[in-house]
Amino acid sequence: MKTKSHAANELSLTSDALAALRRSGFSRRSFLQGTGALIVSFSMRGQLETLRSQFEGGGAHDSPPANEVDSWIAIAADGSVTAYTGKEELGQGISTAQTQLVAEELSVPFDRVTLIACDTAMTPDQGVTSGSQSHPTNFNRSNLAQAGATARQALLQLASKRLNVPVDELTAADGVIRSKSDASKKVTYGELVAGKRFDLKVDSNAKRKSPSEWTVLGKPMPRPDMPSMVTGQFEFVHNVRVPGMLHGMVVRPAAVGATLVSVDESSVKGLPGFVKVVVKKNFVGVVAQKPWQAMQAASKLKVTWTAGSGLPSHAHFYEYLRNQKPTRDTLLVNSQDVERKLVESATVLKATYYHPYQMHGSLGASCAVADVQGDKATVWSPTQGVWHQRGALAMLLGLKPANVRVIFRRGSGCYGLNGADTVTYDAALLSQAVGKPVRVQLSRKDEMAWENYGFALVMDERAGLDAQGNIIVWDHEAWCPVLGNRPGYSTPGNVITGMLAGFQPQEFQARTPAPEPTAYNNNSNGVPSYVAGQVGGAAQGTGTVKSERSLLHNVPSSFWTGPLRSPQRLQNTFAHECFMDELAVHAQADPVAFRLRHLSYSRLIDVVKAAAKAANWETRPSPKPRTNKAGVASGRGIACVAYEGGNGYAALVAEVEVDQDTGKVMVKRIVISNDSGPVSNPDGLKNQMEGGTLQGMSRALMEEVTWDNQNVTSIDWRTYHSLRVGFDVPTIETVLVNTKADVAATGAGETAITIVAAAIGNAIFDATGARIRQIPFTPERVKAALTSEVIA
Amino acid sequence: MSAITLKVNGQTHTLDIDPTTPLLYVLNDDLGLRGPKFGCGLGQCGACTVIVNGRTTRSCDRPVKDVDGAEITTLEGLGTIEKPHPLQKAFIEEQAAQCGFCLNGVILTAKVFLDRNPKASEQEIQQAMSRILCRCFTNTRMLRAIARARKEMAR
Repeated sequence: MKTKSHAANELSLTSDALAALRRSGFSRRSFLQGTGALIVSFSMRGQLETLRSQFEGGGAHDSPPANEVDSWIAIAADGSVTAYTGKEELGQGISTAQTQLVAEELSVPFDRVTLIACDTAMTPDQGVTSGSQSHPTNFNRSNLAQAGATARQALLQLASKRLNVPVDELTAADGVIRSKSDASKKVTYGELVAGKRFDLKVDSNAKRKSPSEWTVLGKPMPRPDMPSMVTGQFEFVHNVRVPGMLHGMVVRPAAVGATLVSVDESSVKGLPGFVKVVVKKNFVGVVAQKPWQAMQAASKLKVTWTAGSGLPSHAHFYEYLRNQKPTRDTLLVNSQDVERKLVESATVLKATYYHPYQMHGSLGASCAVADVQGDKATVWSPTQGVWHQRGALAMLLGLKPANVRVIFRRGSGCYGLNGADTVTYDAALLSQAVGKPVRVQLSRKDEMAWENYGFALVMDERAGLDAQGNIIVWDHEAWCPVLGNRPGYSTPGNVITGMLAGFQPQEFQARTPAPEPTAYNNNSNGVPSYVAGQVGGAAQGTGTVKSERSLLHNVPSSFWTGPLRSPQRLQNTFAHECFMDELAVHAQADPVAFRLRHLSYSRLIDVVKAAAKAANWETRPSPKPRTNKAGVASGRGIACVAYEGGNGYAALVAEVEVDQDTGKVMVKRIVISNDSGPVSNPDGLKNQMEGGTLQGMSRALMEEVTWDNQNVTSIDWRTYHSLRVGFDVPTIETVLVNTKADVAATGAGETAITIVAAAIGNAIFDATGARIRQIPFTPERVKAALTSEVIA
Repeated sequence: MSAITLKVNGQTHTLDIDPTTPLLYVLNDDLGLRGPKFGCGLGQCGACTVIVNGRTTRSCDRPVKDVDGAEITTLEGLGTIEKPHPLQKAFIEEQAAQCGFCLNGVILTAKVFLDRNPKASEQEIQQAMSRILCRCFTNTRMLRAIARARKEMAR
């Protein structure tokens, strides 16, 4: 029997880190001991202390400081570059882009850079990799990008002294600095830095390369991880194997809100490979020698639970949501004249939109490996935030944070807060109980029934038009249930395992009425793009409508909730952009022209124009004149967004066919324009736009969490519906706008997905005259709307 | 426990193992293979796909005793980084992945299908992939990669 394992002394490093160290000619041992290793003496002194404290039980420490170049970049004697980042590869391509960034700023070839991401023993604390924040955080005037620019500046200064040539007569390329006039005067980076740390603060004035100078950034760059992925060599967290490792499974409550009465250990004693039953408050798990044995033990373990707390009726859920008390109220904008303006309007429109809870539904059930022995813990986790998790795990395990090391390993695509954190807690609790490394891979049901779902929302839209068909007032009021969240550094109870083990989720703090807004924040896209966004005397929105209100009521949720790709932004934008279409219909205006009439911000205007142009948009009001109420009807719809109010801009045109006999919606063509400022890897961005679009389609057409009066009932791929690889994929055309502009880079991973549902909904209306205000657009729902709608 | 013999990627292994263990666990945990993945354990998503005697099989819910003596190919057995199968090559050329977790099932399903249907139309390819799930929704690129590989394999 052959097993794949790592040598024990190499266990604590990621494979990337190991590769970098080996390439530099140093072993893990010399790295730890700090003897003779250039890479250590040069740049890793701080981290070395960190490592020592981890392994020798030292005192508290901080993460590598963000203002030190050495926290980000190391150059070895052979000129190879190691970069450290707190933004990790989840499948979105950010590792490739960050490697391009470092290569660009340092003027070295792409393949000379090794990127090490998210290991609390080595990398800076950059919070979580989420919310389309990696580009804003690491590619603008701070952190990784600025550290690279600072390092390059320092290298030029060192070379200037060494070669006795003024800095502005030097040029850097391929890791070599040369005199522009005398090519024989040259020095390599490796020669310049040998034996030294940068010992330098990140200089906010160090000159970044402008997009017009780029040679590595801005070009389509194949992902370095692709060959190992397609050949089955890539190490996911699921593939991490530690010597002596056992396997665990959890036993979740029999119903939502049920608590533990008793566990009958005799029901599993004597099963092959059985090691231990672990109980901590309401957390129950089993450990066995092998995964299949752990699954058997978990399914055979006799556990008695109290009855569940009962769940609201799924059929009447939105009504229940709207009437929940107490609420926590938040005003995003409030011009305080909305009711008066509505009275003054020539026409007032009202509509309510509904968005269900949806799942991250990762393809792979979440998995983690934990090794908790005595007062120390090491975990291999697909968490989006290693430093956050270090804090929360320390609380969960009762250890010092300094004694916990969290090493990121890629899991199955997460799209937000999937089971990554909770399964790491599972593994850690089980490992702590047996004093040996334990791997846990959740069952499909344990993943789907207990993850932190994407938000359900009920959204009331009201607006008034003047006699000329201009919008003069817009009011948005939404209800959104919440329970738990990302655990952060100190709230392990924000996910199921932490709560079962005795920690509380963040407290729901009722607040009515909402305080008046003091700063403009459209992070949730609760404010539609067409209003002025006036807070504190300044208009910070992207639209022209001055009479505006956006009010959110959070209410307690029966289910765990958390960020799912474009959290709340997608839901709010679905309502805003469909409602904008409804207003255009009443103004008898073309949907593109009507949008442009009410937008004030050029970047959003430009993406709308770009998408309409690329789609060859037919200018006319909706719906499209139809000849037949049976058979297939076709139509087109548009939607746009200033993501989070200003972290990326996109517009999307959807062309659909609706089978009016069955209600089936077929999306035939999608055109998306995107402006996220300078683009690091155009092919990577397109991949995100395409994937986001189809994921948005799946969510718009099929996805919905369901439940009965005790439990979630969407617990596998037969009960939670998702588009498959081979469904009728629409053609997708992407248009990149503003890619070389000297503006800040924004996020781009969530722009496209945010506007898919609205564009499809608008296209269905255009095709049929039926307005579907509830996600998902199932054939039954569309058919019902076709039958009941008074056709315009 | 019973003795089970598997020929995996050309190598013969004899294991003393609980015969009800699903094949996937044997491949992952006893043989240390990374290609086949646990997705659902219910045969619904395709992440665990392997080729057993020339046919795609969902290994997550297939007891190992059912495949005793069988010839099994996993993603690792298709090609290597240095010498990739045309499908693997095409997936790299099209950059047809995001997280990469589904690739095992996607590529192996496409391989068996193209071996039998070397002249398949795009629609037939699509049909053949209709029981496989990719939650990053890299569909357009994956279908393009399969079409590209089909041309290469037909040469």
